[in-house]
Amino acid sequence: MLDDFIHWLGATPVSQLIQKVFWIIPTVQAVHILAISVVLSSMAMFDLRLLGLAGKRSSIASLSRRFMPWLWGALIVLAASGSILIVGEPKRALGNLSFLLKMCMLAAAIIVTLGFQAVLKRDLEGGSADLAPAHGILAKITGLLSLTLWVGIAVAGRLIAYTG
Amino acid sequence: MFDRFLQWLESTPPAIAISESSWLFPGIESVHVLAIALVVGSITMVDLRLLDINLRERPVGELIAEVLPWTWTSFAVALLSGALLFSSNATKYWGTVPFRAKMLLLTLAGLNMLAYHATIHRSVDLWGSRAPTPRAAKISGGLSLGLWIGVVTLGRWIGFV
Repeated sequence: MLDDFIHWLGATPVSQLIQKVFWIIPTVQAVHILAISVVLSSMAMFDLRLLGLAGKRSSIASLSRRFMPWLWGALIVLAASGSILIVGEPKRALGNLSFLLKMCMLAAAIIVTLGFQAVLKRDLEGGSADLAPAHGILAKITGLLSLTLWVGIAVAGRLIAYTG
Repeated sequence: MFDRFLQWLESTPPAIAISESSWLFPGIESVHVLAIALVVGSITMVDLRLLDINLRERPVGELIAEVLPWTWTSFAVALLSGALLFSSNATKYWGTVPFRAKMLLLTLAGLNMLAYHATIHRSVDLWGSRAPTPRAAKISGGLSLGLWIGVVTLGRWIGFV
């Protein structure tokens, strides 16, 4: 069934166009990498703060306000550019183990981020100046998990070119 | 002379190991991409601040002092991993247009940064907390942003020639 879909997608006019115009794939990949650099840098700063390893002068709440818009903005760019790459080379990504792994880690990273943001929001609405001290362990677990997942996502993304 | 250097580079043990292994190149390439992401992401924060677009509440001097160690550490990793990737097929890479263009833009980005630090940055304490940033700082940040976008784009392009 997946093979049928890959075959159908690869035969669509849009896919044919992307395949024919030689510069579309490299250019879109470059945009994809630039957006990844925004995600990785923003999340590295935020996660290292959660782990207590950097940026301690700023509150978790203020860093969250600073970096979350960049994360979601860049993720939109990544989804758009990633979709173009899949449409252009459906066989390369769909059914590729690295791609599957990347999507699973992406889903996990988004769930972890949304979960933590919900906890932070509740703490702030409850009158706390920043993340409640009782959630210190949660912050550390989130930071470690998030950092690992985002690094894993970038690595798995590069490995799509090498695995089947 | 330089051709012989490239051939010698390809014959070094690490270069041979990388070109013969099926996982060393993808592995080092992944590290290279991660390092570049941190280099470009951290520089972008500073560039956007110089352009007066982002982080306006942070004094420029303070932001740069905080971000630069991350940039340099990541750059060292990117340089080392990049050199290893290059060594595995040095003659071929050197012969490609995107590789040479990438090195050129990288050099220009370095010169732009040097020029910034040698001139405008010297008086950062005077203008770094005031809006808007001086025109020279905006030019420097804009140039840097454009050059690094070019470096990433050309870097990706190397894989397609």
